[in-house]
Amino acid sequence: MNASNLSFMGYRRQNGRVGIRNHVVILPVDDISNAAAEAVANNIAGTLAIPHAYGRLQFGADLDLHFRTLIGTGRNPNVAAVVVIGIEPKWTQRVVDGIASTGKPVEGFYIETYGDLKTIERASRVAAQLVKDATELQREKCSINELWVSTKCGESDTTTGLGSCPTVGNFIDKLDPLGITSCFGETSELTGAEEVCASRAASDEARAKFMATWNAYNDMINRHKTNDLSESQPTAGNIAGGLTTIEEKAFGNLQKIGKKTRFIDVLTPAEEPQKGPGLYFMDTSSAAAECVTLQAAGGFVVHLFPTGQGNVIGNPIEPVIKITANPRTVRTMPEHIDVDVSGLLRREMTVEEAGDRLIELTLRVCNGRMTCAEALKHREYSLTRLYQSA
Amino acid sequence: MSAPHFLVHEHTDNVAVAVQEGISAGQKVTLWVMDTDETLEMTVLDAIPLGHKLALKDLAAGDTVIKYDHDVGRIVAPVKKGGHVHTHNMKTKRW
Repeated sequence: MNASNLSFMGYRRQNGRVGIRNHVVILPVDDISNAAAEAVANNIAGTLAIPHAYGRLQFGADLDLHFRTLIGTGRNPNVAAVVVIGIEPKWTQRVVDGIASTGKPVEGFYIETYGDLKTIERASRVAAQLVKDATELQREKCSINELWVSTKCGESDTTTGLGSCPTVGNFIDKLDPLGITSCFGETSELTGAEEVCASRAASDEARAKFMATWNAYNDMINRHKTNDLSESQPTAGNIAGGLTTIEEKAFGNLQKIGKKTRFIDVLTPAEEPQKGPGLYFMDTSSAAAECVTLQAAGGFVVHLFPTGQGNVIGNPIEPVIKITANPRTVRTMPEHIDVDVSGLLRREMTVEEAGDRLIELTLRVCNGRMTCAEALKHREYSLTRLYQSA
Repeated sequence: MSAPHFLVHEHTDNVAVAVQEGISAGQKVTLWVMDTDETLEMTVLDAIPLGHKLALKDLAAGDTVIKYDHDVGRIVAPVKKGGHVHTHNMKTKRW
């Protein structure tokens, strides 16, 4: 593959960032605004409601994360415009303001003193205008260094570490030197390989930040655990697929960052990278939907998802590309698999070839091709909570 | 080349991974060692499901399981070369 002239057709947003989808999102601030948000999306073609379970009486760092995730979702360049609906004006406006600094159209509505029906009508009229405007936007040729890619694996098994994760690693090793911005996470799932991961930091600062982040997460697990976490981490699915311990799972997971790429910084959950192109580690849960939701909120526009036993996850705004090397999953769950690299296990293909195949499919998805998860309407949006509400 | 039954990440590993379905006890199998590109042969003692591990040598309780050339856990019940290695005889050293 001649990697030097790789490009794709994307949507260039007001702040210069490039998206690969053109969603008009109806975003509830809180759980009790889901009904109104979904009614607006039902009224107006081409809009997408993103209902979720939280947003009331949160406080401190947990509330900050809630806002960062919602605002980041709206800021993501895969989103053309946003209608924000909350129960009351103050937190609604806070989300609107966080999105508005990208320059994209965003309008907020609050339900108190109007009721659902008037709110739905007013928001629907605005949503109709936003979607008509957004559908006129055209894709343009974008350079590979404008692409932001996240990765996380799920329902892993031993084939993940043998095939699908090294395929993603080859992708990262080939495209990192060309200036992409990329992100891996899953803090707990590096347990056992944390020192090896830390050695892949590009600076002492990034290394120290990673170890502090990993230690804090590990301390949290040790505080709350009631056993060795078997069937939680690794999951029952992981164990069925042959993974026995967290250490074994961690070394398979870590194959996703390739053999030579170094990470330049450590992000808090849903934080947008600030240090330019390169690989970032984001502190996240290892649960698929939570992790991808946080990465999408960090601004990543396409996700590479290796799976073994067959995780079916998608995301409302960030297309999720599934890669598997497990021949049984290819056979039994083909509607979920975008890239079949099971040939790696039969020695019918090399990791180099698998990486090229993934790059080629990813660029087609960037150009507009739907992923399996998009076709199946998988839109998991799972907000991470740090502790109970007040 | 024909498809191997098992893959070994590194020649220093003491377990291999089944990459075919239906491997049965007593079957003579081929193993491909990925880092050295060697092909080995051996006979398995147990049925090994797809994705599950095979002991490449006799392992005693307390031994460290090496995969990816790294420590991935400990043996808690002895297993012979050719035996199945999983949750019944291997545990994490963490948590």
